[in-house]
Amino acid sequence: MLRFLLVRVSLIIPTFIGITLLAFILVHSVPGDPIQVLAGEHGISAERHAELLKSYGLDQPLPVQYWRYVEHVLDGDLGRSLITHAPVIEEFGQLFPATIELSIAAILFAVVFGLPAGIVAAVRRNTILDHGVMGAALTGYSMPIFWWGLLLIILFSNTLGWTPVSGRIDVAFDVEPVTGFLLIDSLLSDDPGAFQSALSHLILPAVVLGTIPLAVIARMTRSSMLEVLGEDYIRTARAKGLAPLRVVGIHALRNALIPVITVIGLQIGYLFAGAILTETIFSWPGVGKWLIDSINRRDYPVLQGGVLLIGTVVMVVNLIVDMLYGLINPRIRHKRA
Amino acid sequence: MSQSEAETVDAGAVAATDRPLLEFWRYFSANRGAVIGLGGIILVVLLAIFADIVSPHSPTISDAQSFLKPPAWEEGGSWVYPLGTDAIGRDMLSRLIHGTRFSLLIGCIVVAISGTIGVALGLCAGFFQGAPGILIMRLMDIVLTIPPLLLAIVLVAILGPGLINAMIAVSITYLPYFVRVTRAAALAELTKDYVTASRVNGAGTLRLMVMTVLPNCMAPIIVQATLSFSTAILDAAALGFLSLGAQPPTPEWGTMLADSRDFVLRAWWVVTLPGLAILGTVLAFNILGDGLRDALDPRLKR
Repeated sequence: MLRFLLVRVSLIIPTFIGITLLAFILVHSVPGDPIQVLAGEHGISAERHAELLKSYGLDQPLPVQYWRYVEHVLDGDLGRSLITHAPVIEEFGQLFPATIELSIAAILFAVVFGLPAGIVAAVRRNTILDHGVMGAALTGYSMPIFWWGLLLIILFSNTLGWTPVSGRIDVAFDVEPVTGFLLIDSLLSDDPGAFQSALSHLILPAVVLGTIPLAVIARMTRSSMLEVLGEDYIRTARAKGLAPLRVVGIHALRNALIPVITVIGLQIGYLFAGAILTETIFSWPGVGKWLIDSINRRDYPVLQGGVLLIGTVVMVVNLIVDMLYGLINPRIRHKRA
Repeated sequence: MSQSEAETVDAGAVAATDRPLLEFWRYFSANRGAVIGLGGIILVVLLAIFADIVSPHSPTISDAQSFLKPPAWEEGGSWVYPLGTDAIGRDMLSRLIHGTRFSLLIGCIVVAISGTIGVALGLCAGFFQGAPGILIMRLMDIVLTIPPLLLAIVLVAILGPGLINAMIAVSITYLPYFVRVTRAAALAELTKDYVTASRVNGAGTLRLMVMTVLPNCMAPIIVQATLSFSTAILDAAALGFLSLGAQPPTPEWGTMLADSRDFVLRAWWVVTLPGLAILGTVLAFNILGDGLRDALDPRLKR
């Protein structure tokens, strides 16, 4: 087990080098002279230009610049935004909880509805129910979520007036940021209205972001359940006269869940990508919208730092999921070790 | 299989092995959904080919007299513009029909680029399992760490917005999937006797890779290609929606959605219809992909 962990952890080093390289290349492939961009429309004298080039280390050969960059990154220095002049890592820290909150809500939605849907489809195999659930899942899987978000806004926000259109909470509420997760912070604020407002802002974005994971989880649960339900030990359990609910819910589900958990883990990367679209539609103040805004404003330090940080987070989460998978499923652990 | 060998097997098996396409069609057509998916795709392809003939108007010329005209069946609509007009008076139906061209183009090019390079890299990784193989797989792991859409967005930010750059960016993000699928299939084939036989016969590595092993790896690659086709349409539309893909006035569905965001409240059709077109096309390819997987996967054959 220890060896499995060590091998798995050591693999993140080349991956991390790759991500820093990508982030580095990203900024160096941007057309135009960085000093000119910094100087803005007023232009700059040739001497000052050379001076600045030197002070930023931009006169050095690329490998040296890359090494400098990695040193800065390891020190936690990701540069400053060209627009707000705040350190990139600080801005990320402020916005990241919003994205995590949205992602957790989305994956909860996906699991809570996807798992039972998949189980029901497997147990009632080849019935209308099964075809209906799987048809819906395939539709969800094919969904352009940016359009889905707009549709839900038209229906629930504009026509029915049930949910707000954008943001995380109504401006009337001033919630003290304790954890950065508004649902928790608003609960702590002793104002029931604040919690209600935060929750109603969260529902639609979470449904939109959770739609594709829901479809994936439902499909995976169904096929995994079907495989397990065909095994001998299930027949034995049935023959012993166990209640059908117990056979399905306990005997079958436990083994069927293993691939489902992997699939849930694999959705983490998707959630960050999907968050970019979801946050853009709902003006959700998270890192996804921050990244898109940085592209539109040509704020390259933010784009570079954001890609690096998101890549790192996904890498670490994937590592944790892999290790958990090894814990749950001894077969994987022993095969690799 | 040689003729003399085949003659010794019974008639049913001969039919199955002599005509692999027929056998494939038997499995495929048993899946009603897959046939519907194929039908949808044929419809989209026909619309794309005959777009100029079928569409009632030009997709780019606007009619100053009819901004945001509703579809014909709504109050105020007319059959001149069956699905209404957009904010600057262009015919929605014609734009949607012409949009099929872009979606199919995106799918074809992305699958062609990432399929060709990915299969080549995957074969190399399978054949040269030493340092080159490890290097390729490690590189692909790095690409996989960054969520595809995010990577595509970053690449477009480097390359500059536009349809061609969007297609290149999306192609790169799909590479790892083709590499992995091809390598896994190649590794499985390499252990088989016919490969050894071919090698003993003096086949060179390139011949072994392309002529001997690759044809037997095609089933999972075809499934991957179909599924990539649909995700490519989705991702390119998402880039268009973020103003990073095809630029206006291109009648690309994602770009059309981006243009129509401001009219969400006033004109439901400019928002609803392009999205339905994307959903329908992607769904057709996904249904087909599911059907192909069931038909091509030998483990699922009864």
